[in-house]
Amino acid sequence: MAVTEVRISLHAAGIAPKEIAEKIKEKFPDQVVDVAEFRDQVSVIVKRDQIVAMLRYLHDDPLLSFDHLQDLTAVDYLNKKDVRFEVVYNLYSIRFRHNIRIRAQVPDNDPKISSVVPIWAGANWHERECFDMFGIVFSGHPDLRRILMPEDWEGYPLRKDYPLKGFEFEKDWPGFTEVIKRSKELREFEWEG
Amino acid sequence: MEPAEKIFETRELNVNMGPQHPATHGVLRLVLDIDGETIVNVTPHVGYLHRGIEKLGESLSYFQGLPLTDRMDYVSAMSNNIGYCVAVEKLYGIEAPERAKFIRTIVGEVSRISNHLLWLATHALDIGAMTVFLYCFREREWLLDLFEMISGARLTVTYPRIGGVRNDVSQEFLDSLWKFTDEFPSRILEYETLIDQNRIWLLRTKGIGVISAEEAVSWGMTGPTLRGSGVSYDIRKHMPYDAYDKVEFEVPIGTEGDTYDRYRCRMLEMRQSNNIIRQLIEKLPPGPVMAEDPKFTMPPKDKMYPITHPEKDLAYFILEKACKGCGMCLRACPAKAITGEKKAPHKINQALCVNCASCLVTCKFKSVTVVAGGKGLSEEKLAELAVAPDQLPEDIKQAQQYLTRQFEFVKKGPKVPEGEIYVATEVPKGELGFYFVSDGSAKPSRMRVRAPSFIHAGCLPRLCEGHLIADVISVIGTIDIVLGECDR
Repeated sequence: MAVTEVRISLHAAGIAPKEIAEKIKEKFPDQVVDVAEFRDQVSVIVKRDQIVAMLRYLHDDPLLSFDHLQDLTAVDYLNKKDVRFEVVYNLYSIRFRHNIRIRAQVPDNDPKISSVVPIWAGANWHERECFDMFGIVFSGHPDLRRILMPEDWEGYPLRKDYPLKGFEFEKDWPGFTEVIKRSKELREFEWEG
Repeated sequence: MEPAEKIFETRELNVNMGPQHPATHGVLRLVLDIDGETIVNVTPHVGYLHRGIEKLGESLSYFQGLPLTDRMDYVSAMSNNIGYCVAVEKLYGIEAPERAKFIRTIVGEVSRISNHLLWLATHALDIGAMTVFLYCFREREWLLDLFEMISGARLTVTYPRIGGVRNDVSQEFLDSLWKFTDEFPSRILEYETLIDQNRIWLLRTKGIGVISAEEAVSWGMTGPTLRGSGVSYDIRKHMPYDAYDKVEFEVPIGTEGDTYDRYRCRMLEMRQSNNIIRQLIEKLPPGPVMAEDPKFTMPPKDKMYPITHPEKDLAYFILEKACKGCGMCLRACPAKAITGEKKAPHKINQALCVNCASCLVTCKFKSVTVVAGGKGLSEEKLAELAVAPDQLPEDIKQAQQYLTRQFEFVKKGPKVPEGEIYVATEVPKGELGFYFVSDGSAKPSRMRVRAPSFIHAGCLPRLCEGHLIADVISVIGTIDIVLGECDR
């Protein structure tokens, strides 16, 4: 039978995330803005200019070998940070079992960053979702369309200045007022029997 | 005679599959570009079930956000809850007690088996084997009954909580589960007898949707879908959480990376899960099931019983002198036991009162008090016995403090340290990751869900390449997607 059961050891090897951050700093000294640590997880905050070169280095370097893109998403820091958006890459190396988080700064007035689809094919839908929810344009993406929201949707729902119920809740779905009106009309009737 | 190509014009055809197609496992719409029977291109359209869970999560406190996770992957809600709880616990910096970790691992594995059973049932049904469907649902029913036994719900359980689990498991539950694990291996054999060497099954699954190990990793596949291609990536082993570092199990991996290997992986995984459950039940330690943290967990309910238990011998009474008649208690009372005009002292109808202490918490003028041993007494007698809230006995005061803490916890939620965290757990479908960004308030500034189904649905065009239309059905089955999780 082709399928076999294997024993995987529990002991994690790999490089400590802080050392990886140091390596990135050495390789791209003018790109790294800051290194943050919280609960043993290290994130490297970088500029967006050379993001593809940096991630390509992390992916291809034989000692780092970040082959698994765990997650790609964006965060809106409206009124909290100088640079409004950050595109977050959570990387993991299946081979060496270490991880790192890269946060690339994307300003509000020009929300653009290079696509990483050539490095990880799975980034395709992640980037489409980021575009859909935050309006960040990934240049070089093969098929940048809205994915979860309808194609003619206006606004980017996960931005902080987008209200929870949408801009005009009742207008979003024209049937809403009609249903309310109809339910008021029908309330007068006795429905039993 | 002219050749056929000249007489008949050939062109590509667009066929819509879904969103209401039973084989797409939900509201997934595929636009197939076909050349005869062969797939040229597949364009998946998702988002029909988009409920904005990430946006909703930002408007709720961490505690309130938990039930949202049930609604993502409703087939294995328990695993989603566990993933959320593990992530928030790490953000809070608290740890669940040992027994709670074991229970969570048990129910997580039960949920894995029940998910794989549903997957096998529908996958086989799509391909044409009806009997497997009926057999699988027989066992799944047993597991759902077990869920009902511990949480009261069959699908949306919300049983794991931040800092532990909702309640302890009963001996009856463990006995029934043990009996299940005794019988289940023979049941798996039953399913395998039906399809494992079945010629139709082999034809429909072998060599379909082949993907190499490197490509599968690049596409972001996880879980059994990735392991079918021969990559031994299992978060239970790579980044153990809960009690997975205390049990021994093996991870099945395939070699070919086709539908058949993924099917075999899941079948063997069910056996391993069965094993894990048995080990955990044997090792289950005694102790509490909920962490007790003064800030981050809800105070235990029994601490409030001195004043909130409905059968306790006590009565709530409003002191006439202190009551200003503001009407706050009147509005808060769920039993509608409080009556009174505005700006005149209110009264509690003792026959209707359920001892919920809502009036006690809401009253700003300290006019509501508790009369111990006052059950069934007349108004005059109560007025005689009643004392001001400051002079109440210590145990009642303490219970009152716990109640106020619980009120604050539910209403506002605890403030969380500033930071960000990504925690992944192995759910039946793959890697479920929660990414939280906290800005120091009680609500997450950003809640991101890395849903395995979303990424697997993105691989569909790659997996369907060059196959026939009928094979699209097998491919949708093999990646095991649930659209509730995909669209969130």
